Amino acid sequence: MKQQMIMKLLTGMAGLGLALGAATAYASPEQDKQELIKYYTSKYPNIKIEDYVYGALAFDPDSKAQYDAIMEFPPFESDVEKGRKMWETPFKNGKTYADCLPGGGKQIAGNYPLFDEAKGKVVTLQDVINDCRTANGEEAFKVNDMKTMGTLTAYMRTLSNGMIMNIKVETPKAVAAYEDGKKTFYSRKGQLNFACASCHVQNAGNRLRSEVISPAVGQAVHWPVFRGGDTLVTLQQRYDGCFKQVRAVPPPQGGTTMNNLEYFHSAMSNGLPMKASVFRK
Amino acid sequence: MAEPMRIRATMAGDVADVKVLMNHPMETGQRKDAKTGQLVPAHFIQEVTATINGATVLSANLGSGISKNPYLGFKVKGPKVGDKVVVNWVDSKGDTNTAEAAIS
Amino acid sequence: MNALRRNVLKGAAGAGTVAVAVAAGLLKPTQAMAAWNAAAFDAKNVGDAMKGLGVSGPADSKDIIIKAPDIAENGAVVPVEVTSNIAGTSSIAIIAEKNGTPLVGSFSMSGGTQGFISTRIKMGQTSLVRAVVQAGGKTYTAAKEVKVTIGGCGG
Repeated sequence: MKQQMIMKLLTGMAGLGLALGAATAYASPEQDKQELIKYYTSKYPNIKIEDYVYGALAFDPDSKAQYDAIMEFPPFESDVEKGRKMWETPFKNGKTYADCLPGGGKQIAGNYPLFDEAKGKVVTLQDVINDCRTANGEEAFKVNDMKTMGTLTAYMRTLSNGMIMNIKVETPKAVAAYEDGKKTFYSRKGQLNFACASCHVQNAGNRLRSEVISPAVGQAVHWPVFRGGDTLVTLQQRYDGCFKQVRAVPPPQGGTTMNNLEYFHSAMSNGLPMKASVFRK
Repeated sequence: MAEPMRIRATMAGDVADVKVLMNHPMETGQRKDAKTGQLVPAHFIQEVTATINGATVLSANLGSGISKNPYLGFKVKGPKVGDKVVVNWVDSKGDTNTAEAAIS
Repeated sequence: MNALRRNVLKGAAGAGTVAVAVAAGLLKPTQAMAAWNAAAFDAKNVGDAMKGLGVSGPADSKDIIIKAPDIAENGAVVPVEVTSNIAGTSSIAIIAEKNGTPLVGSFSMSGGTQGFISTRIKMGQTSLVRAVVQAGGKTYTAAKEVKVTIGGCGG
C-alpha cells in the first residue's frame, strides 16, 4: 500500500527527470537524499548545496540580504537569553540539563532524532530534554509550548551551531520508522490533496503566490525560527502548520507520526551544518 | 521592565562602528490584543542619546514606526579602542534605560 | 534641600524628569535629550512631517544612498540604511511615505559622527522610503520604493 502511494507520486515526477528505478521505496537514506539532490541541482544548477540551509532565501538575493542584515544583531536575542536562563537554572534537586545530556548538551542536536532500540521508537531532542526533567523530579514540558520547550530549545540548540546533521538509520526497526516518515512526506493529504513533496520537491524554487518554496534538503537544520523576528516556531510546530495549510488534521506533536517524519526529514539534511534560532519572514 | 540594551562597538580603521539593540515592544497604538480585542496603547522609545567619552555623538527621536526591539547602527570617526560608549533612551511613558560598552 | 532636587529624587509625577533635572542643574543641557518632536511624528502625511521637521523644498540628491529591500520579507521589520555622502551632514530623517504617521525617525549627528544610519522600520504597505538630510544649512532628499506584500506560508 505504502509503496503504491510513493510510486504514484514518483510517477508524477518522472517527467521531471527523477529516475523511478533508483528511487525505490527501500532505498537507503543516503540514496534517497542523493536522489533529491540530483533532482534539485539539475533544476537549479547555480545554487550551491551549502546554501540549501537558507531554504527559499537561497533562491532570492533580496530576501537573503534582509536575512543577513537582521541576523547581524537579531531582534530576538533577548528571547534566546530567556532560553539560556532556563538552561542554566538548576532543577529543584540541584542538577542541571548539562548533567543529563550527552556532551553536556553541546554539539549533539545533529544526532537527533535517533532510533532508540530499547524503547523501540524514534526519540527527539525534546524527548531527551523531557526525560532529563522527569528523571530529576520536574514535570515534562509540552513539546508544542513555545514558552517552555520552544524557548529552552531556542537557546539549547544554539549549542550545536555548526554541527553537521548526522542522523543514523541502521537497524531494521530504525529503517521502518524512517520509511514511515518518508511515507508521511510523500503521501497526499488534506482537502487540498498535497503531499509535503508536492511543494518541497516538485515545486521547490517555484513561487506559491508570493512565496518561494524551499527544497526538502537543508530544511531541518535551521530550527527553531523567529518569524518576523519575534514569533518562535519549532520544527514540529511548522509541520503542524503545513498539515493545516493543506487542510489536513495534524497529528499530535511529539507523537509517532510527527517524530518519524522528523527522523526522515532530518536525514534528508545529513551532511549540512546546523544553525538554530534564525530569522524568517 | 526594560531588559538590558546590547551595544557592540568596534574600530574599523579610524571609524568606530557602533551597533545597538534595544529591548522594547514599540507599540504603535494601532495593534489589537489577540485575546481582548482591545487596542494595545501606544508605548515606544522616543529619545535616544549616545555619547563617547561623555561627548554626545548621536541624538535621535524615534517614532512607533521603528521596529520592535529597535536596532540602531552608526559610525563615528575619531574614537579609540577603550573609549566608553554610553546609550540612553526614554520612552513615551517616561521609562528609561542605559547601557555602556568599551570600544574594542 | 533644593525643592527641585527633591522633586527629581521623588520622581514627581508630571515633572518631566529630564527637564527638571536640567533645571536643577543636575544634568548639563548638552547632555539632555533632544525633546521629542511630536508635531513631526504625529503628522499624518509627508508634507506635515516635513513641516514639523522645519524642512521645505529639499533638493533631490544622488549623494544619499538608501539601502533597503526591493520586496520586504516582513513589513514589521524592514532593514533600512541611509548613507549621506554630502559634506557636513548634521541630520538624517527617515520617512515611510504611506505609513499612517510617515516620520519614522530623525537622527542628529555631532562630533565625528558620519552621515550614516542603519535601523529597522515598520511599513504598512508598499511605499517610498524617503531620507531627508540636513547638511551645511541646506536640505536634501532621496527615496527608494520598497514593496510590501501580505503573504507568508510559514506556520
